[in-house]
Amino acid sequence: MLRRRLRQFWDMCWTNGFLLSAVVCLTLLYLVALFAGFVSPYHYDNEDRTRSYHPPTRIHVFDDGRLTRPHVREYELTFDEDYRRVFVPVEGVRHDLRLFVRGDTYSFLGLLEWDLHLFGVGEEGRIYLLGADSRGRDLLSRIAYGAQVSMTIGLVGVAIALLFGLLLGGISGYYGGWIDTVIQRSTEIIMIIPGFFLLLALRAAFPPDWDSIRVYFFIIVILSFIGWASLARVIRGMVLSLREKEFVAAARVLGAPDRFIITRHLIPNTASYFVVYASISIPGYILGESALSLLGLGIQDPHASWGNLLQEAMSITQIQLHPWILLPGFFIFVAVMSFNIVGDALRDLLDPQQEVTTTI
Amino acid sequence: MLGFVIRRLLVAALLLLAASFLTFMMIQLAPGDYLAQLRMNPQIGDDVVEQMAERYGLNDPVLVQYGRWLGNLARGDMGFSFVHERPVAGLVWEHLRNTIFLMTMVILVTWLMALPMGIYCAIKQNRLTDRVLSALAFVGLSIPNFFLCLVVMWLAAEIGGIPVGGMTSAHYEYLSWGGKVVDVALHMAIPVLVIATGAMAGLQRVTRGNMLEVLRQQYVTTARARGLPEHRVIYVHALRNAINPLITIFGYQFALLVSGAALVEIIYSWPGMGQLILEAVLTQDLYLVVGVVLGSGLMLILGNLLADILLGVNDPRIKFGERGAS
Repeated sequence: MLRRRLRQFWDMCWTNGFLLSAVVCLTLLYLVALFAGFVSPYHYDNEDRTRSYHPPTRIHVFDDGRLTRPHVREYELTFDEDYRRVFVPVEGVRHDLRLFVRGDTYSFLGLLEWDLHLFGVGEEGRIYLLGADSRGRDLLSRIAYGAQVSMTIGLVGVAIALLFGLLLGGISGYYGGWIDTVIQRSTEIIMIIPGFFLLLALRAAFPPDWDSIRVYFFIIVILSFIGWASLARVIRGMVLSLREKEFVAAARVLGAPDRFIITRHLIPNTASYFVVYASISIPGYILGESALSLLGLGIQDPHASWGNLLQEAMSITQIQLHPWILLPGFFIFVAVMSFNIVGDALRDLLDPQQEVTTTI
Repeated sequence: MLGFVIRRLLVAALLLLAASFLTFMMIQLAPGDYLAQLRMNPQIGDDVVEQMAERYGLNDPVLVQYGRWLGNLARGDMGFSFVHERPVAGLVWEHLRNTIFLMTMVILVTWLMALPMGIYCAIKQNRLTDRVLSALAFVGLSIPNFFLCLVVMWLAAEIGGIPVGGMTSAHYEYLSWGGKVVDVALHMAIPVLVIATGAMAGLQRVTRGNMLEVLRQQYVTTARARGLPEHRVIYVHALRNAINPLITIFGYQFALLVSGAALVEIIYSWPGMGQLILEAVLTQDLYLVVGVVLGSGLMLILGNLLADILLGVNDPRIKFGERGAS
């Protein structure tokens, strides 16, 4: 069953260009998140305050009209006629781009310390492929590290919401009675407050100055706390209708224990819905985290998430002077869109009757 | 019908009370409160802070405080905002009004644009325009509101001439009546555009899907076979049935928009509920947080109720009160 579905999904990828590119994008983003330390030329907190808002450096392959090794120019800070800070490339000073260079140490997959980077320009120069932020930190590196937060928060959050939604929704539908009433009223209380307001109110319940690791887990907990309610209601409905089916009645008459009925009949029959639910609701988690971090209530500097990277872009003058600080938002957009495309395809494949849902 | 509405509102009121209790507890149990910030202020003596705590009963047990708040609520008093030094009710109402104003415009724009687009795409299924519009809708659905906010803000600043941020200009008070309308309309243009993009995209997709489904039904074929003009088939036979599920979405959309607009309001400093709750949360202004949660919850309930009533008006087969009151 599962293998056939996978096979169908695979076939769909090759006939649908959008789907294929979405799957490729997601794979790349997760690879970047996994190997963030290796892919990025610098550590996320490696700053050079003399190069605040350094523009993206171009990679040159020609020098004096002759083909040479790829290199970047050294930039010098000067002031233009309006006394604005501008960086201009210095003629003649170049830093060769090299692969597998040694640089900042990072922990590789959390297992061992390593200092090898995919590319870099060595000690004497700096490379900013996507520009630098206010403290002269490489935006590309920060985006790569930010992917670790932004790309995982959806997965973990959905997993937790699924667990609780499944458990409580299942219990609610299967046993009925007062348990059902209590659980259903709880979901209604959660769902009666608009998501974003609940998110902020819940965030208010905890100190704003927590360190980023704790905030990370805490945000996941809040988001899945908001997310489980709607899921539990759907699961309850499904279980209610399944409970009346002949094969469940037959199992019960044959003396099967509840545990057996739940694990062998109820869960497999609702499984395809979970897959669709997961891929459709992940964007909501990514956006929720980004929104909190954007407002300064989420992941804190120096740690990076795509949301808090955008914090610098909250002022018009900064965007006008340094438009590249908008780039993290583009990554959020790509991730959300890819999940939406994959979710859509999965829904077509597994559950054609399901209606379209939208997120924040 | 009336009985249904009353019962729905009663249940909703109970749920809102429970939600207010939860919010109250959460904020109270959180470390620190508004007074902690006053204590940090060297210009304010400890005795003044104690006086304040005494006056608002902030030293009492949490449950006692909640009970007192509830008692006041019954008399129409939602408490006092420490930061704004004003009663919460007036504050919430002012911001709620601005948000509802913005939302109404958004919904108007959304439906006026998305419905024709969806119908058009369904009729011209798989033609080039359909493909382009559907792809655009997908992009619109996926682009995060806050990112679009920032990009549009940048574009507007580059082009110039369109005010970004706030609801009125600084010289608003001196404008003539017509000038005031134009001023607010200009300030609204960008937030409405940004919020409507996402909402429009979703609605266009659903309209298209529903329309396609209905157009496949046998009664549509029958209508065509009997020689009805195509516009009658589409706008009278098909559309009325395709629009039914959309009305439910109207209610949901209202709720989603309240949530989705909050962030846009914050970024564009539109004086709505979003700004209010952010401020309240950051300063731990207890009664204000609870007030905003109540206000936004009320909007959600009214949105859903409105959708249910409209559904009944559009489809006489639906009878109220049979399905239970949730």
